[in-house]
Amino acid sequence: MATLLEANGVSKRFGGLVAVDTLDYTLETQSINSIIGPNGAGKTTFFNVVTGFYKPTTGAVVFDGGEISGMRPNRLTHIGIARTFQTIRLFNNLTAVENVLIGMHHRLKAGWFGSILKPKWVREEEAQARAEAVALLDYVGLKGYEEVFAKGLPYGLQRRLEIARALGTQPKLLLLDEPTAGMNPNETQDMVVFIRRLRDERGLTILLIEHDMQVVMNISDKVTVLDYGQKIAEGLPIEIQRNERVIEAYLGRRALEVLKHVG
Amino acid sequence: MQSFVNVWSRTPLRARWLIFAFLVVVLPLGTYPIERATNFGLLTQINRALIFVVLALGLNIVVGFAGLLDLGYAAFFAIGAYAFGILTWPPHGIELTFLLAIWLCAGVASIFGIIVGSPTLRLRGDYLAIVTLAFGEIIPTAARNLRGITNGSQGMVPLGKPNWGVIEAVFRLEPGRLAVGVDPNFWYYVIVLLVVLVLFASLRLDKSRLGRAWKAIREDETAADFMGVDPIRTKLLAFSIGASFSGLAGAVFASMLGFISPDQFRFQTSIFLLIIVVLSGLGSVWGVLLGGLILSLFDGLFLAQILPELLPDVDIQSLRWIFFGVGLIVIMIFRPQGLFPRREAVRAAEADKLPLDLQATAVKGGD
Repeated sequence: MATLLEANGVSKRFGGLVAVDTLDYTLETQSINSIIGPNGAGKTTFFNVVTGFYKPTTGAVVFDGGEISGMRPNRLTHIGIARTFQTIRLFNNLTAVENVLIGMHHRLKAGWFGSILKPKWVREEEAQARAEAVALLDYVGLKGYEEVFAKGLPYGLQRRLEIARALGTQPKLLLLDEPTAGMNPNETQDMVVFIRRLRDERGLTILLIEHDMQVVMNISDKVTVLDYGQKIAEGLPIEIQRNERVIEAYLGRRALEVLKHVG
Repeated sequence: MQSFVNVWSRTPLRARWLIFAFLVVVLPLGTYPIERATNFGLLTQINRALIFVVLALGLNIVVGFAGLLDLGYAAFFAIGAYAFGILTWPPHGIELTFLLAIWLCAGVASIFGIIVGSPTLRLRGDYLAIVTLAFGEIIPTAARNLRGITNGSQGMVPLGKPNWGVIEAVFRLEPGRLAVGVDPNFWYYVIVLLVVLVLFASLRLDKSRLGRAWKAIREDETAADFMGVDPIRTKLLAFSIGASFSGLAGAVFASMLGFISPDQFRFQTSIFLLIIVVLSGLGSVWGVLLGGLILSLFDGLFLAQILPELLPDVDIQSLRWIFFGVGLIVIMIFRPQGLFPRREAVRAAEADKLPLDLQATAVKGGD
């Protein structure tokens, strides 16, 4: 399989705090990858480095064959990186379909002049974009909600709208920051199925941060564990479950000893 | 009244437009007898109000659509007016014609918008407000001190007037540039054309790819950035398009008055425009048109002329800002979305009140 993303020795420091510490990471095309770790392990910081919100202090990120470290988020959207947020960040006072259209913004061409004069090509472009946005909403299960304000949607649907908006950017890599946070077991199960569909039907590469271990173990082709900004383990879900350093990081050394005793 | 509303709402849209346009065209005929009876200069005040509508529509793009708090918007009005002065004041020897000069002035103002915007639009929220506030103070001060260019605090007079022989012939005015240039009827039609132009541009921008991007920036700039909207570029466009409206208004205003001085473009003008936009309903194009007219006429006609005549002993001018201040507070408490909000804003406000699940069913039609 081809490599889509490669992080080489990436560090991010905030003053004296090392949030991400010389991390090497690779992502294979069309796979689902999870990053887990205790709170403050540097997961979201790593997301923010990959999506251009932070410039890495040292190291480099290569995406799709090109160096991307230091590029602005909106430029990275152009070359195929999209994300959702840990706390939902929709455009609340725009409708669902308008939210998706913002995701498609960089693929549309109408400038200020075209926006005012609205020649035929602009009207056609807009109609086509709208149809595509409606289709995307249908795909994520928001059929019939096109004209509802984002803030008026129930929580679970807001999560899906965020994904629809990200899909609107036509990404190659989709980063999901805790996609099942706050969901009940049924909704969580639906989301797991849906993320698999994104990989299989749309050929997406998916990187997710997740705290629900059942989801992680169920869905991932590869799991990476961070602790204090460093990678402490990486591998198939089954390997991670048995890894001693992981158990230690989550439950402490003492717990590990107890477990060994029991086991 | 009720039956009138019924008849009006049953009238086809195209007919409504025609009636509206007809009323706009014949309005000066209606004001003429009132003016003769009262000597309030009604049409002159209407012209002034319409200029403020153009300005407010420009500010609405910056504050209402893109959510950028600009406290020095009158600076672009001044820049448009002074650019017109420089291009047409006889001692400078350039003396461009009106029709050429006003577009140049709009261009100059929008270039200034980009110059001011490029470094400052990286700032957010309060910081942007502070910088624009300073810019609003710098421009009149510069106009006062750059005597060689602006003639300092004496101002520039006379300025270029439209010199359209055709119109003089049609309206049977006396020949000579001043006849057309000072007639409020003539200016009324010029300014109405300007309003129509700016209104059209605002409505189109509102429902476009660019307008959508502005609103996304207003809602959540960081999220917009992650979704592929370049925030700096998009905000710059709002700033420069807003500035160009203001520059255009400034040029026409300067030509109408025939003179300009630094005192016309003070901080109060920026604040007054901001009050218009906020009171009318942020982002509501029709609301700002209506609110701009009402508030400017209230200010120029009622507060400045009618009330002093009714209450000769009270110093109304010193109370002027109290009216607007109290009005702003009252509106913010009882109708925070503004007097004439956009339809979407009303729906959005309602969406806040309904419980989430009810709302979804309300829209889905209850399945």
